[in-house]
Amino acid sequence: MAIPPSDRWLPKLVLSPTLAASLLFVYGFILITIALSFTESRLLPNWEWAGLERYDELFDNERFWVSAKNLAIFGSLFIGISLVVGLLMAILLDQKIRGEGFLRAIYLYPMALSFIVTGNAWKWLLNPGLGLERIVQQWGWTSFTFDWLVNPDRAIYTVVIAGVWQSSGFAMALFLAGLRGVDSEIIKAAQVDGASLPTIYRRIIIPSLRPVFFSVTLILAHIAIKSFDLVMALTGGGPGTSSDVPAIFMYQFSFTRGQLGVGAASAVMMLMTIVAVMVPLMYAEARSGRDR
Amino acid sequence: MKFKQTAIAIAAATLMASVVSAAEVEVLHWWTSGGEAKSVAELKKMMEAKGHKWKDFAVAGGAGDAAMTALKARVVSGNPPTAAQIKGPSIQEWAKEGALGNINDAAKDWDKLLPKAVADVMKYKGNYVAAPVNVHRVNWLWINQDALNKAGGKAPTTYDEFFALADKFKAQGIVAIAHGGQPWQDATVFESVVLGLGGAKFYNDALVKLDSAALASPTMEKSFDTLAKIKTYIDKDASGRDWNLATAMVMNGKGGMQFMGDWAKGEFTAANKVSGKDYTCAAAPGTANSYTFNIDSFAMFNVKAADAKKGQLDLATAIMSPEFQEVFNLNKGSIPVRPGVNKAKFDACATKSMADFDSTAKTGGLVASFAHGMAIPSATQGAIVDVIAKFMNSTMSSKDAVAALVKASKTK
Repeated sequence: MAIPPSDRWLPKLVLSPTLAASLLFVYGFILITIALSFTESRLLPNWEWAGLERYDELFDNERFWVSAKNLAIFGSLFIGISLVVGLLMAILLDQKIRGEGFLRAIYLYPMALSFIVTGNAWKWLLNPGLGLERIVQQWGWTSFTFDWLVNPDRAIYTVVIAGVWQSSGFAMALFLAGLRGVDSEIIKAAQVDGASLPTIYRRIIIPSLRPVFFSVTLILAHIAIKSFDLVMALTGGGPGTSSDVPAIFMYQFSFTRGQLGVGAASAVMMLMTIVAVMVPLMYAEARSGRDR
Repeated sequence: MKFKQTAIAIAAATLMASVVSAAEVEVLHWWTSGGEAKSVAELKKMMEAKGHKWKDFAVAGGAGDAAMTALKARVVSGNPPTAAQIKGPSIQEWAKEGALGNINDAAKDWDKLLPKAVADVMKYKGNYVAAPVNVHRVNWLWINQDALNKAGGKAPTTYDEFFALADKFKAQGIVAIAHGGQPWQDATVFESVVLGLGGAKFYNDALVKLDSAALASPTMEKSFDTLAKIKTYIDKDASGRDWNLATAMVMNGKGGMQFMGDWAKGEFTAANKVSGKDYTCAAAPGTANSYTFNIDSFAMFNVKAADAKKGQLDLATAIMSPEFQEVFNLNKGSIPVRPGVNKAKFDACATKSMADFDSTAKTGGLVASFAHGMAIPSATQGAIVDVIAKFMNSTMSSKDAVAALVKASKTK
C-alpha cells in the first residue's frame, strides 16, 4: 500500500512546536544560565563580562562545599538504599503471594505524595519533642534518643530516610515489571539443572535486570540532584546550613540575596554533576546494548 | 470571519486595558494576612478617594521572596508596577539598576519629619525614591509575666541579670529562652546581643559599616561567647521552629522569654493577652538606650505617563499622612514613622517604642537592624547570617566565628 504524502510531513509538523519549545525553554535557558554565570549580574541580569570571578566566589564559599558534600552523601545513600530496598521488595512480592495487588499499591502509594507532604510528615515523626523519640520514651525506654533531625551532623541522613521511604516503592514497581519480563523457560531450565532459588536470582534474574537498574538509577539520580522541596519541608536546610543542598543554595543566591551570577554558576555546577554522572552511565548502557 | 472579529476584539480590549492601566496605581506587596490586609485596604480607600484606580498586586509567601521574583520578571520585561514593598539597602540596589523614580515633589517636608537615619535609607543620591510605612523595633525581649513574677518580677537590664533570670526559669521547669532555630532568628538574637554588649556606636561600626577592626574586636568575641551561653538555655527541639511558635511558648508559659521584634506583639494581641498582665515587653538586656529599627517601605518605580506619575506622588503623600500611619500601625503592631500622629489608641509597648524612637533619634542610639535587611546589602547580610547560623548549630569556637565573620563581611 502506498504511503499517503501527508504521513510523511504530518508527524513532523505536529511534533515541531514541542521540539521548538524544548529547544528554547530547556536548551536555550541552559545557555542563558551558562552565560549569566560569566557576568557581573547581581539583582537583575547584567551582561557585563566578569570572566571566572563568579566561579572563584562560588568555590570560596564554604556553604557551597557543605551543600556539595551533602548532595554526595544524600545522592549515594538515597540511590543505593532505594535500589536495594526496591529490589528486595520486588523479589518478595514476586513469590506469587496472595494479596499482591493490595501490597503493591501500599508500597507504591508514597510516590503519589508530593515531597512537601513527605517532608512535613517526617518532620513531625522525627522531631524529638513530638514524634518517635517522645513516644518510645513514653513507652518506658526513657534513655532512648533519636535526634538526628536537630543534630547538625545527622540531619542530612533524615533526608535520606524520607527520600527512601518515598521512592523505594517506585523502584520496586519498576523492578517488579522487570522480573515479570524474565523468560520463565530459563528459570525452569535452571531448576531442572538443580540450581537453588538464591542462585537463580543471583546468577540469572538479577543480571538480566540490568536495563531496569539503569533506568531506576537514572531517575533516582535526577531526583537526588534537583532535590529541593523535600529538604525545604523536612529540615529547611538546617539546623543552620548543615543540610543545605545545591538546589537550595542556587535558589537563595539567585533570588533572595541578589547574587544572580553566583547562583547561575552553582546551577552550572549542578548541570555538570548531572552530566558527569549520566554520560558514563548512558555510554555504558549504549555499549552493552550493542554487544548483545 | 468569526476568528477575525474575535482577534480584533481582543486587540481592542488589550489596547484599552493598557490605556486604563496608565491611570492605575499598581502596588506590589505581600501583606496578605488578617491585620496586614486590613492595613492595605485602608491605603486603597484613601487612593480611591483621590480618584485613582487601585490595582492590587499581592504575592503571598516566603516573606516576600515570591513577590521579589514576580517583581524582577515585571521589571525585566519593562512593565514595572507603580510601587513595590522593598526595604533597606535593597532600595539602593534597585535604584542602582536604574529602576526607581524620583518622588521629591511629594517629599518636600520629609527631611523634617523623618530622623536622618531613616531618611538616608529612603534616598538614593539625595533624592527620595521610597516612602516609609512603619517602624518596627527589633531589640525587644518578651517575657511571660507569671514566670517573671515568680522570679522576682524585674526584667533584666544586663546580661548578668539575664542569665540569673534564665537560671530561675530553668528551676521553674520551663524552657528559659524560647527560640526558633532558623537563620534569621539566630541573627535577630545576635544583633541584640552585639548592641547590648557593645552599644550603638560599636554596633554601627561592626554591623552597619562593616569595619574590620570592630568586627575582629574582643567585644565581638564576647558577643559570640554570650550567644554560646544563650544557646545552652534553648531547648533542643528549637531547630526549624517558626518564630510565632516560640512566641506561643512564652504566651502559654512553656517558655520564659524570647528575643524578637515587635511583630511578636501582634501574636499576643491576637490571643487577647495584655502587656503588663500576661506578658512584659522590655528592651533586650543593655539596649534600653538604643533602638534597632526595621522599616517597611514602598519603593517607587520609574513610571512614564504623566497621570501615572501623579498617582505615584499621591500614593507617597497618602502613605506619609498621619491618618494612614495611625490606622496602618494599629493594625500591624508597629509604630508610625513620623511625628504628629494621634497616640491615644496605641498600647503601652507601642507608646514606649514611640518614646524610645524619638529619644534615640536625638542621641544617635537609633541604628538599622542588620538581621532584617536594613543595614547592609543582601549578599553581605546573607554571608554573615550563614556564619551566625553555623555558630548556633555547631561547636565552632568564638574565635573562629570572629574570623569567619570578618571574611563574610568582605562578601560583595
